[in-house]
Amino acid sequence: MRRLQITKIVLILAIAFALPFAAYGQQMESHEGKWTGHSEAGRQLYYRYCWGCHGARGNGDGENAPYLNILPRNFVVASFKCRSTPTGTLPLDQDLFSTLGRGINFTNMPSWAALTDQQRADLVAFIKTFSPRWKTEKPGDPIQIPAEPALTVASIKHGGELFQKLECWKCHGQEGRGDGPSASTLTDSNDQPIRPYNFTSDNRSKCGKTNQDVYKIFMTGLDGTPMPSFADVIKPEDAWDLVHFLRTLQYNNKSPELTLWLSTKEGAEIVNAKKVQNTYTGSGVKP
Amino acid sequence: MSMKHVILAGLVTLTASAVALAGPAGGTVSGKVTYEGTPAKMKPIDMSKEPSCAKMYTTPPVVQTVETGSGNSLEDVVVYISAGAPDEGAPSTAAVFTQKGCRYIPHVLAFQVNQELKIVNEDQTSHNIHPLPKLNREWNKSQPPGTPPISEKYDKAEFIPVKCNVHPWMHGNFAVMKNSHYAITGDGGAFSLANLPPGKYTVTAWQESYGDQSQDVTITGSETKTVNFVFKAKPY
Repeated sequence: MRRLQITKIVLILAIAFALPFAAYGQQMESHEGKWTGHSEAGRQLYYRYCWGCHGARGNGDGENAPYLNILPRNFVVASFKCRSTPTGTLPLDQDLFSTLGRGINFTNMPSWAALTDQQRADLVAFIKTFSPRWKTEKPGDPIQIPAEPALTVASIKHGGELFQKLECWKCHGQEGRGDGPSASTLTDSNDQPIRPYNFTSDNRSKCGKTNQDVYKIFMTGLDGTPMPSFADVIKPEDAWDLVHFLRTLQYNNKSPELTLWLSTKEGAEIVNAKKVQNTYTGSGVKP
Repeated sequence: MSMKHVILAGLVTLTASAVALAGPAGGTVSGKVTYEGTPAKMKPIDMSKEPSCAKMYTTPPVVQTVETGSGNSLEDVVVYISAGAPDEGAPSTAAVFTQKGCRYIPHVLAFQVNQELKIVNEDQTSHNIHPLPKLNREWNKSQPPGTPPISEKYDKAEFIPVKCNVHPWMHGNFAVMKNSHYAITGDGGAFSLANLPPGKYTVTAWQESYGDQSQDVTITGSETKTVNFVFKAKPY
């Protein structure tokens, strides 16, 4: 009987001690290559570097948030732009990890490459404690990216046809300047105005600058923005053609695709015609 | 509670639900949804940026955020049992949401949690379907002309605004319901919720611009109870 009472006391004490920690108790881990991130370590970093924008509770309402024209991500909703997983699903740890290292171009999210890999992995683990989705859902199955086929003029041309057929130009503009007929009306999921990507401005899109990154952008969509997923409507082999074509729109970036395109008479004419009209919106100035 | 008890309780529940299913049709709640005051004038939609859709109309269609009918009635109001009825499994039929003439048909589509939602594009232009849920997962998919229907479902009850980013005037609603006791008002603002077993219910009417209203009603047998809703129209 006595022993039972002692057990009871020990149990009550254990619960009493555990309770305050239970509130924090959503320990999370992240895995990226050889690094394992721990949310407890990430917490320290978050409340030093991140909460000014993303807020104390991770819902994107930090004290700087009102001054930003693309609002900070709300980690409670857990909808992320840069993913390798289908639209509407949670990203992989690697996706968040690389976003931290890269930053998000055209937004106020800087690159955190100055932190160590371990620190970024810890932050990823901590960010995942904000949303219950990380406990009830698994990240989506990453989209399959076939090996990039050889670059040919035919591939670029076919990509250009897809750009027309899929009506990418409705937002991104016929010359990829982000000035299509619907561009001025776009809003993101926070009801804030948002600009479609201007291909002529830079070679870095929001989610990276490799060909694979570009492939992923239109096959997964950028969740929370007007950019939809085309995974159900573009075949993988066609997708690479579209990537090759999109590179030729970035005519300030000397890519193999642009070089090849410029070596053809047709391509050189199109690209050079664009340069004459090199204004920000691409309209108004004619040769 | 011993294992025996658990099994017994399970059996009792099963028999009870079987009786409820096989039992009489139950009562009905019916009524009308109307407005008082002057609703905002619905503006015509300018579809000139999408000629393939604009040419489908002789006079431009108007926005549908408030749809009025004869006798001050409100259409496309979702009337549903918000409390008192048990959650139900999804029916096997799909709810169909069609994009036609750069508009959503129907403007308000109600379906149940986990029921299949089929989205069809009948237009000659690419749409993207971008529902904006708060509780469910947010996704955004492109649907060019001639591509197969998109199949989706939602696992939480919620009213979800739907938009197409390419055509900013396109706007619709998904009403994800917990049970099968719901109706959408048509011309005349009438609705009817049938097959309600005896019990106390909360009936809620939801209109996308005017919000929602609830009333309690008690069903004792197979009677028909009348519940009317009157929304105050906003002039803007």
